[in-house]
Amino acid sequence: MGDWKTITVPVLSSDSKIILPYTSERKRSPTSMSSQVLHLSLPSSKNMHSFFSAFCTEENLEQRVSYIDRELTTLGFPSIYAESKGKELNLVTIINCINELLILQHKNLRAQEEVEMQHLKLGSDMDHLQNCYAKVKEQLEFSKREIVGLQERDRQLQSKNRNLHQLLKNEKDEVQKLQNIISSRATQYNHDMKRKEREYNKLKERLHQLVMNKKDKKLAMEVLNYVGRADGKRGAWRTDKTEARNEEEMYKVLLSDYEQRQKQLLLENAELKKVLQQMKKDIISLLPPQKQKPKERSEDGLVLSDQEEDIGELNKENMWELSCETVREQLTNSIRKQWRMLKNHVEKLDNQVSRGHSGALNEKDVISREDHELETERLELEIQQCKEMIKTQQQLLQQQLTCDDDTTLLLQDCYLLEEKERLQEEWRLFREQKKNFEKERKSFTEAAIRLGLERKAFEEDRGTWLKHQFLSMTADCKSECVTTPSAFLRGKYFWFKLCSDSDILLVRSASQQRKAPSAFSPTVSPEPCQISQYITQNSVASEKPAADTMPNLWVENDDKEETE
Amino acid sequence: MNFSELFKLSGLLGRFSPDGKCLASCVQHRLVVRDASSLHIRQLYTCLDQIQHIEWSSDSLFILCAMYKRGIVQVWSLEQPDWHCKIDEGSAGLVASCWSPDGRHILNTTEFHLRITVWSLCTKSVSYIKYPKACQQGVAFTKDGRYVAVAERRDCKDFISIFVCSNWQLLRHFETETQDLFGIEWAPNGCVLAAWDTCLEYKVLLYSLDGRLLSSYRAYEWPLGVKSIAWSPSSQFLAIGSFDEKVRILNHVTWKIITELDHPATISSEKTIVYKEVEKSPTVDTERLSFPPTRALASSLFSTQSKYDISQVPVSLQYVKPVADRANPKVGVGMLAFSADNCFLATKNDNIPNAVWIWDIRKLKLSVVLEQLCTIQYFQWDPCQPRLAVCTGTSRVYLWSPAGCIVVQVPGEGDFQIMSLSWHSSGDSMLLLNKDHFCVCYLETEEV
Repeated sequence: MGDWKTITVPVLSSDSKIILPYTSERKRSPTSMSSQVLHLSLPSSKNMHSFFSAFCTEENLEQRVSYIDRELTTLGFPSIYAESKGKELNLVTIINCINELLILQHKNLRAQEEVEMQHLKLGSDMDHLQNCYAKVKEQLEFSKREIVGLQERDRQLQSKNRNLHQLLKNEKDEVQKLQNIISSRATQYNHDMKRKEREYNKLKERLHQLVMNKKDKKLAMEVLNYVGRADGKRGAWRTDKTEARNEEEMYKVLLSDYEQRQKQLLLENAELKKVLQQMKKDIISLLPPQKQKPKERSEDGLVLSDQEEDIGELNKENMWELSCETVREQLTNSIRKQWRMLKNHVEKLDNQVSRGHSGALNEKDVISREDHELETERLELEIQQCKEMIKTQQQLLQQQLTCDDDTTLLLQDCYLLEEKERLQEEWRLFREQKKNFEKERKSFTEAAIRLGLERKAFEEDRGTWLKHQFLSMTADCKSECVTTPSAFLRGKYFWFKLCSDSDILLVRSASQQRKAPSAFSPTVSPEPCQISQYITQNSVASEKPAADTMPNLWVENDDKEETE
Repeated sequence: MNFSELFKLSGLLGRFSPDGKCLASCVQHRLVVRDASSLHIRQLYTCLDQIQHIEWSSDSLFILCAMYKRGIVQVWSLEQPDWHCKIDEGSAGLVASCWSPDGRHILNTTEFHLRITVWSLCTKSVSYIKYPKACQQGVAFTKDGRYVAVAERRDCKDFISIFVCSNWQLLRHFETETQDLFGIEWAPNGCVLAAWDTCLEYKVLLYSLDGRLLSSYRAYEWPLGVKSIAWSPSSQFLAIGSFDEKVRILNHVTWKIITELDHPATISSEKTIVYKEVEKSPTVDTERLSFPPTRALASSLFSTQSKYDISQVPVSLQYVKPVADRANPKVGVGMLAFSADNCFLATKNDNIPNAVWIWDIRKLKLSVVLEQLCTIQYFQWDPCQPRLAVCTGTSRVYLWSPAGCIVVQVPGEGDFQIMSLSWHSSGDSMLLLNKDHFCVCYLETEEV
């Protein structure tokens, strides 16, 4: 903006004073604007003095003024000359300009402040970001180091693992080698042993020959007298017959041994079969018929029938004697089946017991501890009782089983009879209920038929009544057509309301019919009568334009309906 | 319990006669026959040399005395003291000698197992069995005495020959599948023969009387194999004791193993009763001490008394680690015996030399362990009841029965170290043998 010279200028009037400090400030560096701000408001007299004569002196006053004017005009301010004629300055414009400049200055200062603020913020943000960056970099370094360390460890462990594998393989190889060595040595030893044995045999043969050849006289038995045989018999020659007899005896011995063993095995088998039968009967007795569920009952029934068949079959065939494959299989299969059923039964009981327990437990939060304990005690007692009952049942059944089959069959028959009777009872109840339902249905259909008929009658009545009404109304209308237009309208409204009302009534009565079949007939009949009553009343009062009465009428009617 | 006085003995040769009436013992070259109950000398025989082996004949009428050094067997008769018989093997030498079950034949095994000569006391006939096998138990007689099985080896292969004892006729001859047959034993019912291989190879073969192979059992391959075998008296079980410290029991129906009985050094099962022998110091009545001290007092002072205590499980027994580089190591189950009623099995594990393990066969579980202070020398079941007598080389005899167990000190001066014992056939008395003496212990029938 041109160069500003530091010229000492004498103190001028007040307006120039104001300018000077402004100029002096311009010379300072733009970056240190912030410090300038403070100075601007309180220009010191010293500064003023020094720079006072810098710009404008008495000599170049006009020049300077014109210069200032030029500058101001270039800046967009109006000229300070009064009417651009001569050298007269327009003070007002000058003041205005000054004011404008001051305002501008203030604005600039504010802008500067803002910029400085932002600058500070940005500076601090940058510091912060730099710190963060530094930290993150540090962390990254640290993680990298850690990774390196872990990788190193991993590598070491892997190498160790490989070493161990190698060692293991080596050991295995060594073991294999040693085994091979052992087997090869064993074969070698065997071979050597055989060789030595052959040599030894040769020696023995030689020795034997020598011994036999020596014909040792001493090689004999000296006996005073020969002793008789232990069993008193005389010695026999060895012949083929004796050989055959020997064989025979040997086989006899073997056979007798086998027979004995077979007898033992038969006895064992018989005992085991007895035990299995016993077990089967016990299991049947343990599957109790006292269960309430019909499904289980049918199961037991089926089982019983199965068992009856089996027992019958086996007893028929006298299984103690038989040991054929099928009988054995049957027995074992039936026992397995029953055992499974018994197991399921016991599991079910267990579940029930546990559910009972857990049921008590769910309420544990709500009920007190003592209650819970009482509950568990009670359940335990129940279980005990059930167990005792099962035991006594078992005992009773066992006692019964000791008696003959007839009684068991009778007992089973008794159980069946009981069941049959119960079934019959239920059937009877069921039939009764069925009859009752039939009756009700019949009455409902009758009522429906009646209702239909009555509705038809009502419709007819209504039709005829409306026809009369209409006819009567049209007759009235001919006489008083102007005065009572509303009456016709009224009538129409009347008609419409009546129709809708009767519909409502009909609907209501229909609903009532569903609720109380016995109370059907009395309600229907009074209603139309009441309606007809009110209608007749209205027809009487139709002369007055009774707009008020109509609502009254309907209110009444409504009331009447509601009271019904 | 009554104890007889000590009598002289040599070579642990003391035998009750099979009928139980007499007791034969030998001192050097003399054979003394005593009455079994009163121990009065009935007969006295003198042999030509130091006797190495005596055996009663099955009818208790004859006794054979074998003198191996000279190769002579002398037979004495109880009925006729004048009767004599001498069998001289001459240069063939003599290694073993035994009676045949009929009591009229003597089987002599010559040196180097060249042959077995069957000498007959009834006739002049002599039979030879060639190529007998030189093994621990090469000759086995059936219990009823009808047949004899002899192990043979020809051309480096093992064979078994079965002879009929009545006329020594060969009944069957078959090859066995063994590497080196070590022993054979008949089942008490006489129908099955068990043959087992050398300890380098675990193999037990079961042959029927007619020579068929019924079954072969092998528990493992390389480690040392069978050490001892015992049949149960009912022939239902065959117990095989092996070097791996286990006993395997096979059943006679399938010839398959039914259980393995292990002998660990620590017993932790709560159902096992462990009787431990503990020493109790003798109580000395200081008032009764006299000077000079009497012999009885001195011996009672210095002899250690002991009693049984019940140890609480878990018990750890004394374990001896075997020397690794010696042949026939002291490892494994070396002694096996079934009780007469087939209910118990007594075993000894050579690693744990102080303990006798008694197994209940009905439950196949360890029932009792007897832990002694010294190494077990010998044990034998009573032939009538389930009663076990044990001796450990001390002067005490130990008796166990399901009712309990007791320690009995043999009274007498000095040390009488019992090395072996032998029950009388009635189960009422017991012969206790030492290397120099023997004594008879009479058990009262109510006791134990």
